[in-house]
Amino acid sequence: MTTPVARCPVEESVNALQVRGVSHSFGSSRVLADVSLSVPRGAFVVLLGPNGAGKSTLFALVTRLYDNVSGEIRILGRDVRRHPTAALQQLGVVFQSRSLDNDLSLLQNLTYHAALQGIGRRDGHRRAIEALEQVGLADRAREKVRALSGGQARRVEIARALLHDPACLLLDEATVGLDVASRESVLTIIRKLVRERDVGVLWATHLVDEVAVNDHVVLLHKGQVRFAGSVPNLLEVAQASTLRTAFMRVTDNTLAEAA
Amino acid sequence: MTAYAASSRLDTSSYIACFNGIVWREVLRFLHQRERFLSALVRPLVWLFIFAAGFRQVLGVSIIPPYQTYVLYEVFVTPGLVGMVLLFNAMQSSLSMVYDRETGAMRTLLVSPFPRSFLLISKLLGGVAVALLQAYAFLLIAYFWEVEPPLIGYATVLPALVLSGLMLGALALLMSSVIKQLENFAGVMNFVIFPMFFASSALYPLWRIKESSPLLYEICRMNPFTHAVELIRFALYGQIAQTSLAIVLGFTTFFLAAAIYAYNPSKGLLGRRGEAGGGR
Repeated sequence: MTTPVARCPVEESVNALQVRGVSHSFGSSRVLADVSLSVPRGAFVVLLGPNGAGKSTLFALVTRLYDNVSGEIRILGRDVRRHPTAALQQLGVVFQSRSLDNDLSLLQNLTYHAALQGIGRRDGHRRAIEALEQVGLADRAREKVRALSGGQARRVEIARALLHDPACLLLDEATVGLDVASRESVLTIIRKLVRERDVGVLWATHLVDEVAVNDHVVLLHKGQVRFAGSVPNLLEVAQASTLRTAFMRVTDNTLAEAA
Repeated sequence: MTAYAASSRLDTSSYIACFNGIVWREVLRFLHQRERFLSALVRPLVWLFIFAAGFRQVLGVSIIPPYQTYVLYEVFVTPGLVGMVLLFNAMQSSLSMVYDRETGAMRTLLVSPFPRSFLLISKLLGGVAVALLQAYAFLLIAYFWEVEPPLIGYATVLPALVLSGLMLGALALLMSSVIKQLENFAGVMNFVIFPMFFASSALYPLWRIKESSPLLYEICRMNPFTHAVELIRFALYGQIAQTSLAIVLGFTTFFLAAAIYAYNPSKGLLGRRGEAGGGR
């Protein structure tokens, strides 16, 4: 991808995403309690948690679907609540549910998204083609989204999220409903992006087999961060030989104190 | 952590690009959905060709402004049917917004760095652009059915169509923030579209309604749709219905402000209801 959109100078040390002490409730139901995590640039952080852990709510707050009333969320140093424009310009998102327009072509979907980022038609078109090339779908740019498989549609959504060259990429259960090959393909593309483009990725999932040994893991359960650290560290803390066992133990409340 | 000022400002050309993109997508979607275009056109035409023909002999319309002579019932009912086109289009866009919210497409819009009010107004104007295509297509066919307003009327009706479309679109936008699920849309038909349409001056002049029920007459007078229809009726003959204009402007402002409030991330309804667009 080429020129970024109106990017201001940024210190090297600033995290792509910084969440600090965020809590959120729906009525009397507390969904997030004092959640803190950070995603450095060029890092792949897995937000691991069972269904209902609060992952999507956290994403809704980071993407400012609604405001966080307590705590602080910063994207590349910009506070989401105070400077939403500057913060959201640095954010790319792949939502859990499909959000492409089936009646439009891949190219039309992507140029629409470019427009939502304030990118003009010609530049948007060029960026769309480049982004589709990166996910291996440039030859199908003029086909309607309806003709794509689930895995291909996900790749288009990734291309769309990267169109405006963001520093931070959020993916919410991006492999749900995909077969094994498509899941692998999506994960490979994202990991490659982390390496090549210095993007900080927060990958939310409930599937432990999507976690690689080098990944940084944030384990969310019942709205609380139960563990944050490397995979070997998690295995050690949970006194488990496999990640699956560690995950079960931590989400089974036994390690709430230890973490 | 270093605090950064919001130096990544969006300039005018970015706003224009965003606005064009949103409007273009609405038009493109509409053109791609041929069935939608067809049904949007067939609905008022059925009323014009069949209902109006049947009622021509039953319902006499006396000379009332803006008409300067006796007019066919088809001529009287046409502004109401144009209003119906706008009403259905607005509600359909409301339906699409509820659907977009369920699928996540709405979140794609809302995660844009532009101010939310700008995004919502742009989407609204995109819907109005689609409604204009439908309304003019209907007026063109109606022309060959002896509904022949002065040629200048086709130009003077444009601002009335835009304003009425905006009012109904803003109402739909507000409703889309309140409707939780797509299934509830049947309720919208029963509780919003039909009462708004029938309790208005779209099908019969208000003086006729007053003769049969003073209460219904008052309800019709309070119905914003009545004033949208009257605004269109007068504009089609190059005249301004001043009271209706003021009322439509007032309702547009109110509905729009309420819709923007409902979608406001810090004050709106979405956060309170916990719509994260998926699981938790």
